[in-house]
This record gives sequence, structure tokens and C-alpha cells, in this order.
Amino acid sequence: MTSVLYDAPGPKAKRRNIIFSVVFVALLALLAWWVWQVLDDKGQLEWALWKPFTEGAAWTTYLLPGLGNTLKAAALAMVIALPLGAIFGIARLSDHRWVRGPAGAVVEFFRAIPVLLLMLFANEFYARSTDISSEVRPLYAVVTGLVLYNASVLAEVVRAGILALPKGQTEAAQAIGLRKGQTMTTILLPQAVTVMLPAIVSQLVVIVKDTALGGALLNYSELVSARGTLAANYANVIPSFIVVAIIFIIVNFILTSFASWLEARLRRSKRSTGAVLGAEKVEDLNAAEIGGSYGTGAEGKP
Amino acid sequence: MFDFLSDYDDPSLLGAFWVTVQLTVFSAIGSLVWGTLLAAMRVSPVPLMRGFGTAYVNIVRNIPLTVIIVFTSLGLADIFGVTMGAPDDFDLQGFRLAVLGLVAYTAAFVCEALRSGINTVPVGQAEAARALGLNFSQVLRLIVLPQAFRSVIGPLANVLIALTKNTTVAATIGVAEAALLMKEMIENEAQTVLIGAIFAFGFVVLTLPTGLFLGWLSKRLAVKR
Repeated sequence: MTSVLYDAPGPKAKRRNIIFSVVFVALLALLAWWVWQVLDDKGQLEWALWKPFTEGAAWTTYLLPGLGNTLKAAALAMVIALPLGAIFGIARLSDHRWVRGPAGAVVEFFRAIPVLLLMLFANEFYARSTDISSEVRPLYAVVTGLVLYNASVLAEVVRAGILALPKGQTEAAQAIGLRKGQTMTTILLPQAVTVMLPAIVSQLVVIVKDTALGGALLNYSELVSARGTLAANYANVIPSFIVVAIIFIIVNFILTSFASWLEARLRRSKRSTGAVLGAEKVEDLNAAEIGGSYGTGAEGKP
Repeated sequence: MFDFLSDYDDPSLLGAFWVTVQLTVFSAIGSLVWGTLLAAMRVSPVPLMRGFGTAYVNIVRNIPLTVIIVFTSLGLADIFGVTMGAPDDFDLQGFRLAVLGLVAYTAAFVCEALRSGINTVPVGQAEAARALGLNFSQVLRLIVLPQAFRSVIGPLANVLIALTKNTTVAATIGVAEAALLMKEMIENEAQTVLIGAIFAFGFVVLTLPTGLFLGWLSKRLAVKR
């Protein structure tokens, strides 16, 4: 679509494009020059502030343990949220209203609440009502918050995945006399999981990003709070922010690339008959639309 | 049971949620404008602008919002001296910096939503517009974007709801909004569950009607093809 918005440039358009490019570059250069000037003024460009990142100590003391904790919380949250999400996703498709209703209410409730509130609540709740030691409490709180939120998002993903399967699958299973539970576990769920894999992997990006909340407000020692202690030690605010941002970008870029590779592979192999839930679909999940847009597998194209 | 609420008047419960609403509204307007500009760049004929748009979206989407917001305070304000027109009023400065961070982050998602909306406009329409002699900005402004906006109200509603929830991150730089008040209350008072329920209810009240209204609107305005 994007290339049909304009014609192949002729001589005049080519000239105009070059002018636009030059103006745009000039603006960007002006911004970069200002940034450079300020950084230079404040002494943020001095090699002493960047040097720690070329040596081992900054990495082994601060950044790598921080990254380790970020990934630990994300992995734990994913491992716990997946089965929970599957259960709630299936429960929402139940034939019994007393199962469908409460499951739907729980999912919608936890999707409507900010993860940060869930984490704050869990942290205080664990402090008062359990004897979890204060050293691991932030981890528990962060994982609890992430699990509650992401399980409800994954429940929607699972539901969408199952609804995306052709109706004939269920009908055929019924025709050979399988019960509802058997249909779900042997026919629908295995196919839905392959359909959902890219969406599930890309949900990991959201989880990795959300662990940063625990560092900022619950003193969970993940990458963002590790940056704080590192900057307090070396007085390198800007360099530490840049390095930490780059680490997050790399980790999430790997996850995103993996998800789209998986999506392309699943589309090619066509082992499942349903549509493949793309990596970018998770954020677009809208309860009302699931039946329509995923059922047809029409990727928003007319 | 609700006695403790009267101990908090700066901000009060409603005051804190009012700040949350303001954060949401200002950031929503800002990110809609900046996101539309980014989307226009990403489909523009100038390769350099396309490259910038793509780079911006891919970089910003992968950085946690927390890092961006904390950076606006520790980096932009302290080092770059960006005071957002309020060098003396620390609260106002924090609020505006939070809006800046939220706009920078949310615009990337608005841009992607809009781009997917542009893809729903039939190719023939753009071709017909070009055949009439319209140039790129006319095709985009008159033909493609109006239809794209109508088809992405649903996805934009999700971005708006996510934004409403994301405003809680402003608590990390001390903006007196709902999450910060909840943190304070929950640490001082004994009614952990009650306080949690109050704030959860507040966010349900904020996000649920938005979702329902915009969902209704997106069905109403969808371009029937």
C-alpha cells in the first residue's frame, strides 16, 4: 500500500525529495548538535564516565546481575501465566454460564488494572499476610503482578487461537464421538498453541518491559535499579541510561525477531488449518472483535 | 471503614485520579499528533523520513516506559535543563515531563495502529486519487487518512486504555497521581485489601466506559466495504 501513495518520482519530484531530505537532515543535525553541546557542557562525554562499560567490573557487579533478575522475573511470570491463561481462556469458552461468567469477569478485571497497582498491592499484601522474607518479597510481588495481568491477556490469546480454528474441527471430533474435554485437549488446544506461539513470544516483550516497574518502585534489583546504583557509583547518568536502553532494545529485538520468524515459519508450513496469530496481534486483542477478524484470518486487508 | 480517606487531602483520592485523567488526556492528544506525523513519515516518498520513522518506532517500542519516564526526570531535567516552562514549580515540571515521556512512548503505538489502518484502504482508491493528479500529501490528507482513522478507532481505543494504565508509571518520578497515592496509603493504613479494591475500581471506572464507547464508535464509523 505504502508505495501506491505516490508515483515513481520524476525529475521534479526527485529534486523536491532531495530538498526535503536536506531540510530533515539539517533539523536532525541541529538537534544532535544541541544534545552534544549540552552533554559536553555538563561533562557527560568524558571518557571516565564511559570507561566502566569497557571494563568487567561494571558489568559483573551491576548490569549482568540486573539483567539476570529482569530475565528471571520475566521467565517465571511467563511460565506461571501460560497455564493459568490457558485455563481461563478455555473457561471463557465453556458451555456453562457459571463457568464462563466468572472467568470472563476475572479476565476483564485484571486487564483493566495497571500492572503497577497489582505489584504494589501484592508487595504490601505479602508483607502483612505472609512470612515471605523481605529479600525475595519484591521478586514475588513483581511476578505476582505480571502473572495476574499477563495470564488474563494470554487467556484472550488462547481464546482467539481456539476461535480461529475452523468449526469443522469440532464437528468432526463430535462426529467420531469425542467428548467436549477430549475435543479440547486432543484436537483444539494442540492446534491453537501452534497458532498462538508467535503472539505468546511477543507477549514476552511486554513482560520484560514491565519488570522495570518493580525496579523503580519496589526495589527489585533488576536492570533499571541496577542502573541507579551504577550511576550513583560512577556518576554517569546519561551513559548508564544509554547502555541500559540498548540492552533492553537488544533483548526485545531478539524476542520480536524470533516471534516473526516463528510466524513466517508457521504460515509456510501450514500444519494448522487456522489463521496464525501474528506477533503484533496481542496488543490489538479486543474481546468484541476476536470472533470476526481472527475467525476469517483476514489480516485487516479488504 | 472509609475513615482513613479523610486523612489524605493533598492530593485527595479524587484529586489523584483527576491528575491521572489529566495525564491521560494531554498524553493522548500529544501522542495522536506525534503518532500521525510519524505514520506520515513512515509512508512518505522521502526515504530518509521513512528510515527515521521506522527507527523511532522500533527503538522506542522496545524500551520500557519506566526507563523513558525516569530518564525525563534524571536526564532531561537534571542534565539537559529541560524544565518544560516550569523551572520553579517542581510538581508542574514533573507532570509535564511525564506527559512528554508518555507522548514519546505512546506515539510509537499510535503510529503502528495508523499504519495498519492505512493498509485497509483499497489500493484502487489511492491509484484513482493519483490518476486525478493529487500529490502525496493530498492523497494522504483527503483520501487515505480519513478512512484510516475510522478503521483504527478500535486499535486506538486499546492504545488509549493502555495509556490510561501506563500513566501510573509517572509515580516513579513523583507525580501525585493515583498509583503514588495508593503506594502511600497502602504503606500507612491497615486496610490493604480495601485500598487495593478502591484503586482497582477507580481504574475500571476509567477504562471500561472508554473501551465500550470507542468500541461502539468504531462499529458505527467503520467504513462499510
